Amino acid sequence: MYKITRSPWVMHYDGSSCNGCDIEVLACLTPVYDAERFGIINTGDPMQADILLITGSINTQNAPVVKQIYSQMSDPKVVVAVGVCACTGGVFKDCYNILGGADQVIPVDVYVPGCAARPQAIIDGIVKGIGVFQERLEKLENGTLKQEEKEDTEEKKEED
Amino acid sequence: MYLDYAVPFLICFPFLIAVLLLISGKSRIGNAFARIGAVVILITSAAFFVAKLMNGFSVSDRLFTHTEIADHVILGGEILLMAVVVYLCVKYKKYWISLLSIVPTAAIVYLEQTAAAEEIEHIFLDRLAMLMVLLVGIVGSLIIIYAVGYMEGYHNHHKEVQDRRNYFLALLFMFMGAMFGFVTCASLIWLVFFWECTSVCSFLLIGYTRSDEAVNNSFRALWMNLLGGAALVCGIIYFYHTVCPTLSFRTFINIIPQMTPSIGVLALIPVFLMAFAALTKSAQLPFSTWLIGAMVAPTPSSTLLHSATMVKAGIYILIRLAPLMNGNITGTVVGFVGGLTFLAASFMAVAQSDAKKVLAMSTISNLGLMVACAGIGTPETVWACVFLMLFHAVSKSLLFQLVGAVENSLHSRDVEDFHGLLYMLPKHAMFMFIGIAGMFLAPFGMLISKWSALKGMTDADNVLTVIFIVFGSAVTSFYWSKWMGKLIAHPHKTKQVKDVTEFGEMFSFWIHALIMLLLCVAFPFVSGSYVGPMIASDDLMRYVDPALTTGTMFVLVGLLLLVFLIPLILYLTEKNNASTKKPAYMGGINTGDDNGFVDSFGEEKILWVSNYYFEDKLSIEKLMKPCQALAFAALLIIGCIMGAIALSVIGGVM
Amino acid sequence: MDEMTIKMIIAICYVVFAPLIGGLLDGIGRQISARMQRRVGPPLLQPFYDLGKLLHKDPIHVSPSQNFLMLTYLFFVILTGGMIFLGMDLLLAMFLLSTAVMFLYFAAVVTGSHYSAIGAGRELLQMVAYEPCVLLTCVAFYVVSGSFETADIISGNISPIAYMPGVFVAFVFILTIKMRKSPFDISTSHHPNQEIVKGITSEIGAKNLAVYTLAEWYETVFLMGMVAMFVINKNPWSILAAVLTAFVVYFLEILIDNSSARVKSELMIKLSWTVTLVAAGGNLLVLMFMFG
Repeated sequence: MYKITRSPWVMHYDGSSCNGCDIEVLACLTPVYDAERFGIINTGDPMQADILLITGSINTQNAPVVKQIYSQMSDPKVVVAVGVCACTGGVFKDCYNILGGADQVIPVDVYVPGCAARPQAIIDGIVKGIGVFQERLEKLENGTLKQEEKEDTEEKKEED
Repeated sequence: MYLDYAVPFLICFPFLIAVLLLISGKSRIGNAFARIGAVVILITSAAFFVAKLMNGFSVSDRLFTHTEIADHVILGGEILLMAVVVYLCVKYKKYWISLLSIVPTAAIVYLEQTAAAEEIEHIFLDRLAMLMVLLVGIVGSLIIIYAVGYMEGYHNHHKEVQDRRNYFLALLFMFMGAMFGFVTCASLIWLVFFWECTSVCSFLLIGYTRSDEAVNNSFRALWMNLLGGAALVCGIIYFYHTVCPTLSFRTFINIIPQMTPSIGVLALIPVFLMAFAALTKSAQLPFSTWLIGAMVAPTPSSTLLHSATMVKAGIYILIRLAPLMNGNITGTVVGFVGGLTFLAASFMAVAQSDAKKVLAMSTISNLGLMVACAGIGTPETVWACVFLMLFHAVSKSLLFQLVGAVENSLHSRDVEDFHGLLYMLPKHAMFMFIGIAGMFLAPFGMLISKWSALKGMTDADNVLTVIFIVFGSAVTSFYWSKWMGKLIAHPHKTKQVKDVTEFGEMFSFWIHALIMLLLCVAFPFVSGSYVGPMIASDDLMRYVDPALTTGTMFVLVGLLLLVFLIPLILYLTEKNNASTKKPAYMGGINTGDDNGFVDSFGEEKILWVSNYYFEDKLSIEKLMKPCQALAFAALLIIGCIMGAIALSVIGGVM
Repeated sequence: MDEMTIKMIIAICYVVFAPLIGGLLDGIGRQISARMQRRVGPPLLQPFYDLGKLLHKDPIHVSPSQNFLMLTYLFFVILTGGMIFLGMDLLLAMFLLSTAVMFLYFAAVVTGSHYSAIGAGRELLQMVAYEPCVLLTCVAFYVVSGSFETADIISGNISPIAYMPGVFVAFVFILTIKMRKSPFDISTSHHPNQEIVKGITSEIGAKNLAVYTLAEWYETVFLMGMVAMFVINKNPWSILAAVLTAFVVYFLEILIDNSSARVKSELMIKLSWTVTLVAAGGNLLVLMFMFG
């Protein structure tokens, strides 16, 4: 089995937030935290990303955007929700336009709490995500990943 | 030697068809005449070429030495041409232009009447002449076949233009006849006649629509070409009186190098005047504007003027003069003007979005390269020049016809409107793709020729031209590739396009594309067995020095196959490989077909990217004047130097 | 061993080892960059980890033609390098390289994404910026050694750089464009989150990105090969000097990359053309007087 754990490329999406977590995400890449030690690269392009890093909550307007970005990423892919807003909606939860956390629209694998989340926690979250990433790759190569996705969407339809 | 009677046939037959076309009133009969005439010319010129190839080229033959009747006809023709020009100049109140016709015609008629009787050959069929015959014959007749179908669509689409298509086709035929005469004649008097004949035909073709713009442009073309004709006549008269009293073109070429040691630069003056004439005909700076103006005419005439004939007439003369220009001041200036034109015109092509204008500018620029090659005049550069001419004629003719056909279907010839042409008119787009690839991509013909030109210039130690070429060719790749990109770009219009291309047009595309690819593949063979001996002949460079070794040429042929095979193989293998389709990244929500996105107000926005044009910096309006001034200054300087020397010598004698 | 066998061996070595060297150079480059920024940086083999991952991901495309166009691009880049290392015609190799770049350009414009279309347009501008210098370099080599063939160029008595220092300066200058380093990474913007996302590579992911990366590695290797060509002569020891020169140039490129911000495309063209004209053109003028 091929190990792909050394090269998680990150795409960062910012929903409704106070931008605190975004600053912290960028801080991860600075010399102080140096996320590139783990091969983490912030790509800014869903086609090239492995891990979708979501900060901020999901509102009615950005929900389809998040869904599309997620769909543009190549399998296997992992979603990390960074900060309390992305986890649950945070302080914005009761706003008229807020749907809630990232898991309202796409499957989230790792929740990184904090307001704002600290860089150490974010890097930790990504590294946790790498584990899921490796699992997914195994499933992709067995051919079970697509099957599961299909089942997931069917379940979702039934729920709706 | 009955074979050589094909030449008078090729010259006269088009004129005959032209007359038939003019007297046949209904367009249907005219179309039939035109089609049959074109096919006959196509077959005759090809068969003639093949027969000549089998019989060998015995250059010592002196053909058609007794031509009294023909001489009279040509004399009458010259006066007729002058009458036409004078009539039209008076009609449109451009009196001064008529002087450019009257004075040279009078001078040449006077020369002809006073010249001592001598027995000279009038037709000269060496390899270069035959190559030109083949080129004009094949490309020219294909253009006519295409034109018959095109004019149908043109007049349906442009109701405002009076339908005189028989007249138009007749002019095309006359043009071809004149071209055949021009490239084969060996008498300087005949040369002048055919020269003027092409000038007047092109003038009439440009003015076909009779709109104000067309009339103005046609007169601009007229005076520039007549100026060249006047220079030609001056050169001939000067040559006759100062250098050697003969009217044989062949003697002209051979005697000047012998005379140079004794009378020095004086012998070069006729060469300069003739080269000057060629510069006007090949639309070099400062005379490039007429060719740009010629774009108002219906596409077949632009095609005919730009690819195969008119402009190549100038190149033909320059190739003939190349041995006389090697290493002297005339050659240096011609080389400079050519190089400058190559660079300047390719810059101006960048700023054009009208496809025909891009083609026009690219033609001017490529002609500049050919002129520079001929001006430097080493066997290497002449070799490159011949190949540039061959490849350019075929590729450019194909491209012009395609643009015309696409315009008839799409009702636009803006390159921006060709966005996604592959999905609207797939066949046209494929042909266009091949045509453009032929213009600049390795390892197609034009690029190989450009490469050998670069090598030849380096060997001739001409730094300035080398720099012109390297910058010019970078810019050339730029404007061609951005056009290619448009063709295959993802379409943003869903409008269905009705393809109105006729069978004849399609046929012409196929033939052109096949000839182009064949030429590329047969390149080493053509060089070794035809172009090589041609350049090595006594009337040209006397020895040949191909810029590329035969080994390299075969490598090129191999590469050419790879350029087609590799994408094809990969396409076929990749087609079956599983790969997941993803919507393109748009910055907003992709609407699903990769054409646009949903903006923050929930509205769909169609979005596409237009090409770079740099109109603020590289437009014709901005660049043309300074470049013209530069080229004019160069020509003026050499003109003054030559004039001063001539005067001082004459003064010394007196 | 006859000449043919040697050539075969060189060809195979090139095809196999060039990506290894290119990847290692990339890794070294990333580490040097990191150290310049006082970071630890990724492991040396990071580029290979990235490549492996890209190859193992689910292949994706936006337009199906992307796949074969990218592979064709890779093929012609490899062929270009092959021609250089097999001692064949340098000018032809460079022309072939521009044909290769055309396929990359096509792969970007077929997608309908405006980010890749803008990147593609800029890629053409980059080509306009570096092409004159590349051609002049070939011409200068020809003037000095009397041949366009790389085999002849590297077997002179004196290193070509002795005759063409100006050309070398210009070549190193445009190398920054060719290697897509700041300040001239205008078509790909290799630092993320910029106005054109990833430019010409925006719609390229998974396997296609792996193909692209491989092509970049091959390209780096033969570009460094061209740098080495300035130094190599008959003396075998010159190869060592050439390798050192290549390393110094590579380091210089990284230094420039880390110490400059991206410029506008027009400034890029102006700068590179001025340098080409003054340094390479002037040098060529002198050369033609010397050798003409």
